[in-house]
Amino acid sequence: MKKFLIALLFAPVMALASGGAVHLDKWPGSVGDKAALQNGAKLFVNYCLNCHGASYLRYKNLLDLGLSEQQVKDNLMFTSDKIGELMRVAARSDEQKLWFGATPPDLTIVARARGEAGNAGAGADWLYTYLRSFYRDDNRPTGWNNAVFENVGMPHILYALQGQQVRNHETHKLELAVPGQMAPAEYDKAISDLVGFMVWMAEPQQEFRQKLGFGVLAFLALLFVVAYALKKEYWKDIH
Amino acid sequence: MAAGNYEKYKSDGSIGGNVLEWVDARFPATSMWKGHLSEYYAPKNFNFWYFFGSLALLVLVIQIVTGIFLVMHYKPDAALNANGVPIAFASVEYIMRDVPGGWIIRYMHSTGASAFFIVVYLHMFRGLLYGSYRKPRELTWLFGVGIFLVLMGEAFFGYLLPWGQMSFWGAQVIVNLFSAIPVIGPDLSIIIRGDFVVGDATLNRFFSFHVIAFPLVLLGLVAAHVLALHETGSNNPDGIDIKEKKDEHGIPLDGIPFHPYYTVKDIVGVIVFLMAFSAVLFFAPEGGGYFLETPNFYPADPLKTPPHIAPVWYFTPYYSILRAMVWNFFGLDAKFWGVVGMGASVVIFAFLPWLDRSPVRSIRYRGPITKVMITIFVICFFILGYLGTLSPSPMGELISQVCTVFYFGFFLGMPWWSRMDKFKPVPDRVTMK
Amino acid sequence: MSNQGKMDCGRRRLIVATAAVGGAGAVAALVPFVSSLLPSERAKAAGAPVEVDISKLEPGQMMTVEWRGKPVWIINRTKDMLETLTKLNDAVADPKSDKEQQPAYAKNQTRSVKPEIMVAVGICTHLGCSPSQKFKQGAEEGMGAEWLGGFLCPCHGSTFDFAGRVYKSKPAPTNLEVPPHVYLTDTRILIGDDKKGA
Repeated sequence: MKKFLIALLFAPVMALASGGAVHLDKWPGSVGDKAALQNGAKLFVNYCLNCHGASYLRYKNLLDLGLSEQQVKDNLMFTSDKIGELMRVAARSDEQKLWFGATPPDLTIVARARGEAGNAGAGADWLYTYLRSFYRDDNRPTGWNNAVFENVGMPHILYALQGQQVRNHETHKLELAVPGQMAPAEYDKAISDLVGFMVWMAEPQQEFRQKLGFGVLAFLALLFVVAYALKKEYWKDIH
Repeated sequence: MAAGNYEKYKSDGSIGGNVLEWVDARFPATSMWKGHLSEYYAPKNFNFWYFFGSLALLVLVIQIVTGIFLVMHYKPDAALNANGVPIAFASVEYIMRDVPGGWIIRYMHSTGASAFFIVVYLHMFRGLLYGSYRKPRELTWLFGVGIFLVLMGEAFFGYLLPWGQMSFWGAQVIVNLFSAIPVIGPDLSIIIRGDFVVGDATLNRFFSFHVIAFPLVLLGLVAAHVLALHETGSNNPDGIDIKEKKDEHGIPLDGIPFHPYYTVKDIVGVIVFLMAFSAVLFFAPEGGGYFLETPNFYPADPLKTPPHIAPVWYFTPYYSILRAMVWNFFGLDAKFWGVVGMGASVVIFAFLPWLDRSPVRSIRYRGPITKVMITIFVICFFILGYLGTLSPSPMGELISQVCTVFYFGFFLGMPWWSRMDKFKPVPDRVTMK
Repeated sequence: MSNQGKMDCGRRRLIVATAAVGGAGAVAALVPFVSSLLPSERAKAAGAPVEVDISKLEPGQMMTVEWRGKPVWIINRTKDMLETLTKLNDAVADPKSDKEQQPAYAKNQTRSVKPEIMVAVGICTHLGCSPSQKFKQGAEEGMGAEWLGGFLCPCHGSTFDFAGRVYKSKPAPTNLEVPPHVYLTDTRILIGDDKKGA
């Protein structure tokens, strides 16, 4: 017991060993691009939502992307028929644990969770690089490995789109061995859209938050002017 | 300036006046208003540093009000919901998304926690600069140290509630500190957790402490802090006693009524503070990953420690001191001494009134030694704080050990260096620089 | 240092201006707090409109569905039942449904869109109990020989006819509420919304 506790106390020491730095590509998108977000939503629903939940998000939230209710119902809702429902996975989490050995994590706020202290955009960069870094590895049970997330449990779901990459033994760079349905630039754009959607869904009100912030600061500036004049007026008594 | 020496309110015959007279005859309304505001004479030379007391009170109000509203929606439950997410964690996201206006309230509370410590640290630093802890204000200072300790507890308990990875592992590590205490330690940490690991029982008792027990104590201490201050009167940047020079009515010549002069001035301070607060809340609510740590966006997982765990920034200086202790003394292991060092680094503030032997209070009239010592102390505090956010490294360990020595040297050497230092004669009256 | 009598015009104006702007800010700051007391998105999702299939509802039968946590009755009224309504015009408190307890399209003799299908919230307008069925005419269900069929609230004895109209001199002040509803098809009703396609 005691050793266990000491181990816990010094967990950060051991953690240092596992925190290897990988170069991350900068995510080129922005959450203001509604068309990209819509495309990202489609990719997310078609490829991710089968196993991963987005269970803090409601289908209704997708209306904010500029989609109509009918569009959401027709193109993005496969497991539910109520627009107010949460975007759950069809499978139950305990069943998934049996099938996959682990429950695939909920992805609603993964873009925030992958961030770093001092670098708010790191979560998006990580996702953008990760989703483009799968390569063939026959030593893995799924046949796939990832340059960013070593020995990842998830197979390359998007390989039909990207094709198959292999890792060069000498340069350790990834090379496209079998092309997929999309050209590399096309695939990068698709992933950028998907990441954009994930950044958006991590905090759907982020754009509104900033707009409101400008209003609040402008108001406080006005209040400051009046209050400062009042203070000056009183303090002219004091010498 | 004790309450009770004021004439009772006499009605002017209006209905409002009659009600006020009726109330004032039964309740010390006039005497409280006059004693603490309109006839509380504060030195007229307060500078920038004197905003932080009223700002701390403001943040306390923000935290209490937002807290009340968060409790309406938050659920302290470690069990998993149908989606396999702990209910407590999901309820925070529920507040952020489903509750109308919930995200503002939650960000106010999370930003407020960090703002509280920023304001309180600056408030304490002011005391250090101008010798506000010196006689006769020792008790005000002690109540203040009490507030600081309770605030740290309050923040620690509150940090568990979102039930993210940092919440969980932070609590795990800190609770295990208690197991370092010889003999009773292991049992003590089990009593704190109510389980063999941090679990549902821990979450619920921390919730109870966070929303009931500690706020109650905090409010009591804040009242005592202000009452003690108003008994002795406020210090000022010159560190001289304004009560020594009074006019024919017994009013200090350098004193001005708190209301209206300092109320209108503090309103300006409040607005500037709110601008900074809003800038964080609306444009960087995560505080660059220091106010809301990114691993806390993963739900607590007792089987997986995040790759890098660090306490929230306001605890990191003491955490560094904990990690700096790597030697076994007197047959007790380093872990125990780490806990002792960490505890001592916080509690040692309480001894300041008796450690400082300088004949003057304010740094304005003290010599170079004080200025150098305070500078070194602040630098060490920042370095320790920074190192506490990083993963441990041999270099970091060495630096933090040096800084820990300086940290304690500042306090323990004070009886000598404060007396050795040169000092200038203090003025008779306050100066308005 | 007394400020008595020194309250000049400029100072007063500044106090009013600061108080006005600050007060407006304080009111604006209340908005998130007050709105957080409103039903959340989860509550709204749970209170979303409900679709009901009434193809299997036989004449003379009643079914109950839940909408916003309240029982909503759907009654397929027989011709006999509908005939009782005209007979009762003098016995009920609000025969023409003048009080706003139904959408405009249900303000008619049968209080319904289709004459035979009654949709009503099964909550007594007195203190919120759910009335029980007393469909049989006469004294058979303990309602007295004059009874033409309807509902009896078990809590305080209010009685309602087959259109949910309350009888005179009963504690319930108004007729039963008819919720907004719309026929999606001939046999499918959407309860809780009366715009198609919602």
